[in-house]
Formats: sequence, C-alpha cells, structure tokens
Amino acid sequence: MRHTRVAGWALALAAAPLAAQDTTQVRIGLTYQSAAPPTVVVLPVGGLAGDSARAIIARDLEYGDRMRVTTGPGAVAYEAALGQDGRAPNYPLWQRLGAAGVVHADLLPNGIRVRLHDVQGQRLATARDFALDGGPLSREWRMSLHGVADEIERWITGTRGIAQTRVAFVRGGRVYVVDSDGEMEEAVSAGGGALSPSWHPAGHSLAFSTFGEHGSELRVVDLRTNRERRLSGAARGLNITPEWTPGGDSIVFAHGRESGTDLFVVSAEGGEPRRITVGRGTDNTSPSISPDGRRIAFTSGRSGHPEVYTVDLDGANAELLTPFTIGDQSYRSSPSWSPDGRLVAFQARVAGRFQIMTINLRDRSMRQLTSEGVNEDPSWAPDGRHLVFTSSRSGIRQLWVLDVETGRARQLTRQGGSRLAAWSRILPPTS
Amino acid sequence: MIRTSRLIPVLTLAAVVLGGSACRRQPEAAPMPEPTVNQDSIDAANRARAEAEARERARMDSINRANAAAEEARRAEAARIAALRNTLMEAIYFDFDSDGLSADARSRLDAKLAILNANSGLTLRIAGHADERGSDEYNLALGQRRAAAAKRYLTQRGIADDRIAIISYGEERPAVQGSDESAWSQNRRDEFEITGGGDTLRSPGE
Repeated sequence: MRHTRVAGWALALAAAPLAAQDTTQVRIGLTYQSAAPPTVVVLPVGGLAGDSARAIIARDLEYGDRMRVTTGPGAVAYEAALGQDGRAPNYPLWQRLGAAGVVHADLLPNGIRVRLHDVQGQRLATARDFALDGGPLSREWRMSLHGVADEIERWITGTRGIAQTRVAFVRGGRVYVVDSDGEMEEAVSAGGGALSPSWHPAGHSLAFSTFGEHGSELRVVDLRTNRERRLSGAARGLNITPEWTPGGDSIVFAHGRESGTDLFVVSAEGGEPRRITVGRGTDNTSPSISPDGRRIAFTSGRSGHPEVYTVDLDGANAELLTPFTIGDQSYRSSPSWSPDGRLVAFQARVAGRFQIMTINLRDRSMRQLTSEGVNEDPSWAPDGRHLVFTSSRSGIRQLWVLDVETGRARQLTRQGGSRLAAWSRILPPTS
Repeated sequence: MIRTSRLIPVLTLAAVVLGGSACRRQPEAAPMPEPTVNQDSIDAANRARAEAEARERARMDSINRANAAAEEARRAEAARIAALRNTLMEAIYFDFDSDGLSADARSRLDAKLAILNANSGLTLRIAGHADERGSDEYNLALGQRRAAAAKRYLTQRGIADDRIAIISYGEERPAVQGSDESAWSQNRRDEFEITGGGDTLRSPGE
C-alpha cells in the first residue's frame, strides 16, 4: 500500500511561467506519499510586521488545503538549518524533519523577497521580489500579500492559490465583504433589506437586491467609491438574485409581477430588460452563469417543486439538470456553476434539511458534501475546489468554507446570521 | 365766596346734631317683625336657586347625554370601522411551498371583497411571506406568487387592478420567531395593508 510517486507539482513548478522568469530554473525532484500532502515550512519573516506577514502567508497556504504548513516551535530547528553568510542551507536536516519545501521571506521597504527551497533537490527552487501595496497591515498590503501566498502555492503545487479573493455576503440586511482568510470584514451597502450580492467579474462592484416601496429593486455598489446606484430598467415588482455575466456588461436577474417570476437580462448600465425564461406562472430564480457565458443554471418550480435547470442565455434549450422521479418531493435550489465548468453545486433537502451537493454536468453523478446542520447557498471559489456556504453546524448561521477534495471545513465569519455568500474572482491587490 | 365757605362747617354741624337727636328717638319704636318675611324670601330664593340648579343640571345632563350619545355613536362608528379594518387586514395562510388558496383563505378574501366593493376609494397592499425552510431566494418568488394569488382572487371578482398592490418579503420578515410547525404555519401568509381610503368605511350592504 505504501507507494510513492514523483509529485506532479515538481514538474508543474518548472513549467510555471513565473518560475521560468527566474534565473534559478530548477526542477524539484520531490518524493512524497500520495496519500499525504507535502509539508512546507514557512520560516519567520524578517522585517517590521514580519510576524503578520508570516502568519498571513502560512494561513493562506494552509487554507489552500494542498499542503501541510508548519510554523510552530519545530520551525526553530528549520531556521537553524538555514544557511547563514553564504553557506548552503542544511537540506538534509530539513529533510529529516519531514519538510518537502521551505518558504523563506524577508520584508523589503515596499515589498517582500521570497525564496522557496526544494529540500529533496537541495537547491533554491524559486526566488522573487514582490511589491506590496499600502502600508504594513493595511487592506491593500494584506491583499497583495495574499497574492504573494497564491504565487507561492503555484510554485509548490502548479496551481495558483485563491487567497487573493474576497467573499461578499449578507448579514442584518446589509452587504458585507470579507477577505478570504476571514479578516478585514466591512459593510459596503447603506440601507437595509439587502440580499443576494453578486460580484462584478473585475471585483470592483457588487450587485444586490433591496426592498423598496413597490417591491424589490436591484442596486449596484462601487467598492472603489462606496457609491450606490439603483439599476434602472427593471420594472416595478420583484427584482431579485442579480448575477453578472462573465463579461461584466450585463446582469441576469429574476423579475416577477403577478404571474410568476422569470429570468431576465439587462445591461449593467440599465435599459430595457430582455426575457430569458418562459416559466408560465412558475418561479425561476437564482441564476448562475457557466464560465463560458453560454448557459445559466437556475432554480425553477416548473415541475411543481424547486429543481435546478439549465438554459441558454437567449432562453433556448431549457433542461432539467437535477434528476427527479415522479412523486419526488425534494427541493433542490440555489445553483453555483463551478469556474472550470464541470460541476454545479446546489442545495438539496435531505431528511428535512438542506445539504450542499454537486452534480457533474457530464455524467449527472451527484455527490453530497455536507451532513452536519443545515447547509445552504453554495458559491465556488475561483479554484473550483473550495465552496463557501451558509451553515448552522455551529448552532447559528455562519459562512463556512469547504474543500471539496479533502472535506476539510473552516468557519469564515465570526458573527451569526451571515448568509448568501458570493466568492469573488482573483482580485487586484487594491480592490 | 368768603361768606359761603364759612357757612359749610356750620351747616355740617347742624346736620350732625339733628341726625343725632333722630337716632336717639328710635328705640321707642317697636321692633320690625321682619323675620317671617325674610325666611320666606330666603326659602323662595333657595327654591329659585335650586330650581335654577336643577334646570342647569338638567341642561348639563341633557348635554352630557347628548355628548355621551355622540360619543357612543362615535365609539360604535370607530368600532364598526375597526372591525372592517380588521377584516380587511386579517392575514390568510398557506401550505408549504404553495400559493393555493384554502377554503378559509377564500372566505377571508370574500369578506375583504365585500368591503372593497362597498368602498370604491379603498386601496390595499398585499405582502406575501414564506416560512424559513425554503431557499431564501426562491422564497421571495414564492411570497410574490402568494400575494399575486390573493390579488387575482379579488380582481377576478371585479376589483380594479390598480386598487391592489403586491409585494413579497419572502422569509425576511417572519410574524413569529421559531423553528417549529406552529411558527412556520403562521409565517406562510399574506398580510393586507390599507394604503388609502381606510379612515371612513361603509359597511357592505349599507
């Protein structure tokens, strides 16, 4: 059973474009048990705010769920094994301590110098200086450090991390945004009654719905200016669940008056909405657009109870996605299309409680991902591997992040009543 | 002028002396038998006062009675209007994930319909609500469908479309907190708000 393999990340690392820019174009021959992720040491970071920088990078790598991260007391031994004054690091010692890679960084006046050591290959795998925005511990500084951690993850695993992202959600009628590591939470909408935030693909704005005098209306808040505007064009009545198209020029949303609720699309600048679904008096809500922008997954009650359907952006080829048998009274809703296009996550009632499930678009195979408490409204991270969703597993509604590969879950928010999460794409440091 | 001024003290003195002698003669006269006459007139005065008071009381009583009657009428009118308003605002309830109108919901809507028919200036807003169990977002559409179902019932029976507005709050504004069937069943509802013409209301058939 104990079989070993040469990790794919060694090859991927050499192939990574950023690694190619470096003069140390080496290939890490890393050997580790396939059942266990590699252990990576994050050494103490030199410079003012170095402790914070180290904590942020280490946590980001850990939250990526692709490696074991060590920063504890044992790291002192690793540090002792760091070569000083031009001496080569003590790779054999690192290896004996179980490390596959070592991250060694120092803060510079306006940036950070990062070196990744390949323990098995006994060489410096990658070294690069990164610029850091803003002053130490500022939002911009933290966000650019998240970007550094994401690059380190790419060096190690061949896949970029997702730390440089934020999650929008609703609590107490306001839209909030929090960094992917649960820090820097802030309210970004002014009034009450806000629901269903959706990210502009560039990450600079959020669309959401609020209650007005004559129904619910769509609003857009620009996070750069904190300016909020009503999205004109939508008629009076129910206007909910906005979702930006991948190009960022339009918003798909659900509009209802007195004969059901259907999906419409409207220019993000406003204008006459165009109908997408023809629900004939049924409810059609909660659109999630495929990464290629061609299809929409949505909740529809057209079969008598809520199920997840897909439809072309022009309304053609509507199709039931979640299979059910006659007499099935399940309740499946709130789809989120994975960024790689392969899966749709949704919530389904199992034994009276909502649980998060995925359905594979190729073979329609379904997988239940949660079982503890009530779990609702999933939203994919840009890596297509992590989901954020609302869970009552701690006794009160909070946002949780689940790694679909390992099943590891972590609590993202600390205040109860958080819900309707939307995960951003990879953000620029200053957004 | 000088002589006249000298006369004034003399005349004054004479008057005092004359007056003094007159007083001294009085005691010989018999005491006036006034008491009987006085008692009568006091009684008469008292009677008159009592009568006046009685008249005033009667007048006030009459006013009070009139006021009370008016107040009573006002109260009755207020109670009548309050009863009509209560009938108008009485919520209707739904089954899980359904916008179907139960027999009870229909009878409550019929009562509202009669009042709407009797008061052409009356306008309503119907707010649809859902319990907490469905999807937060889908429940907004469900609430809209519930509000629309009640509106359709009324407009199909002759109420002008523009007299009934609808809105949905989904599961966002529960009437009752709690996570059991009792709370859920009270939260799956349409609420009715009087938005105009509700201060004076004619009763149906008036």
